[in-house]
Amino acid sequence: MTALLETRGLRAYYGQTQALYNVDIAVEDGGVTAVLGANGAGKTTLLRALCAMTRCEGERFFDGEAFNPRAAEDASRMGIAHAPDGRGTFLDLTVDENLRLGGYTRKDRAGVARDLKRVFDYFPRLKERRHQQAGTLSGGEQQMLAISRALMLRPRLLLLDEPSFGLAPLLVKDIFRILAAINREERVAMLIVEQNANLALDLADCAYLLETGRVAFHGPSSVVRADEAVRRVYLGY
Amino acid sequence: MFAFAHQVLSGLAMGSVYASFALAIAMIYQSTRLVNFAQGEMAMFSTYLAWAMINAGLPYWVAFSLTVVLSFVLGAAIERLVIRRFDSAPVLTVVIVFIGLLVIINSVAGWLFTYSIKSFDSPFPESARFGGGYMSPHEMGAIGVTLTMLALIYVFFRFTSLGLAMRAVAQNPVSARLVGIRVGRMLAIGWGLAAAVGAVAGMMAAPIIYLDPNMMSGVLLYGFAAALLGGIDNPWGAVIGGFLVGVLENIAGAYLVGSEIKLSVALAIIIGVLVAKPSGLFGRVIVARV
Repeated sequence: MTALLETRGLRAYYGQTQALYNVDIAVEDGGVTAVLGANGAGKTTLLRALCAMTRCEGERFFDGEAFNPRAAEDASRMGIAHAPDGRGTFLDLTVDENLRLGGYTRKDRAGVARDLKRVFDYFPRLKERRHQQAGTLSGGEQQMLAISRALMLRPRLLLLDEPSFGLAPLLVKDIFRILAAINREERVAMLIVEQNANLALDLADCAYLLETGRVAFHGPSSVVRADEAVRRVYLGY
Repeated sequence: MFAFAHQVLSGLAMGSVYASFALAIAMIYQSTRLVNFAQGEMAMFSTYLAWAMINAGLPYWVAFSLTVVLSFVLGAAIERLVIRRFDSAPVLTVVIVFIGLLVIINSVAGWLFTYSIKSFDSPFPESARFGGGYMSPHEMGAIGVTLTMLALIYVFFRFTSLGLAMRAVAQNPVSARLVGIRVGRMLAIGWGLAAAVGAVAGMMAAPIIYLDPNMMSGVLLYGFAAALLGGIDNPWGAVIGGFLVGVLENIAGAYLVGSEIKLSVALAIIIGVLVAKPSGLFGRVIVARV
């Protein structure tokens, strides 16, 4: 397999403060890569840097070609969908409208309609609530909506920022099971940022460990899982 | 009774002008959290454009349509060329920019068209064929034109995908970018639409209040009041606020205090409402958990 996404020496800044230092990561085409790390390690920043949501330097490659999005909408138009930190729900719009916005840039109406059905197959709960105002959804439902909105783009790469955040453990398991199914069936590559290292390593084929804005360790999931330090700090056993 | 109905109905006519301004102000406020003080002067300038075209011999409705299109373009251009530069500037800076625009547009209009007051003919017939004398034909026409425009705008925002994208940008610009919406372009379109709405309001107001570079100072004040009364974060509340202000103004002028200080009375009533309901009659009350 070849790398769908690659960064070389990626550095990101918030104003004067540097948040990422020379980060090199790769996501295989059709694969799942996890980014683990403590609060403030730079996980969310990494996803933001890929979408030009924060100032950054260094090289980014998508599908073998250098890309340099000037704004987040450029990344989206290349086929990189982002289910962001905080879920990014359009609170006053209906579930349906949120999903339609996910496919806003697509021209193939028939494909959009098909994907809407597919998304409802993955998350039947959203179908029940499709005419409801999205702000009235529970946290879990809003996370499903964020993933679904991203899928409506029919992306080649899905960036997921802490899909487990603030959700009940059972629901989290559900969502990760569905993510695995989506990865298998849609062949969409994923870069997933997670604090729940166990779940993330189950889903991912390889993982990066970020510490204070630097890659501290990386490798196939099984290797990362077996690492003594990772186990103690992030897996807790 | 007849006189009272007459006051209410003709209040609705000026009310439709205030409603349009309130809508224009609320539209820009929604997507940028800024109140465009130059909205009135932009409309005044548009009205002069219409006047110039009509004077040049164009039929009224051709001039009307061209003015709406030109105003859209000018409004979008102001956003792209001027307002965009102050994207991340402090609010007070932007306020100064708006006031600067107001003064500049006012002076340019005075320089191009002189400060002498001009009459602006109504496109509607002189004598009323219906309405029973409750309203002048122009008042009825102005209400009709405004309602048609409001309906079109409603349909645009509610049923088109561009309208949906604009609502998305107003609500959550970061998320809007993530789904690939060109946020900058949407903001420019929003300014264009607001300018077009203002232009229609200007052309409907001009036969009643006459055309001069300062024609909008009072109207804009009512427009602000209307937007705040209805709730500035709810465009349709702002529209209803506009009609209410028009009616209030007329009734206060006819029955309470006479036309000299009707402005004060109308505004006093509005302040009263806002004291009781700070977010406006239809505004959203935002409650934050801390």
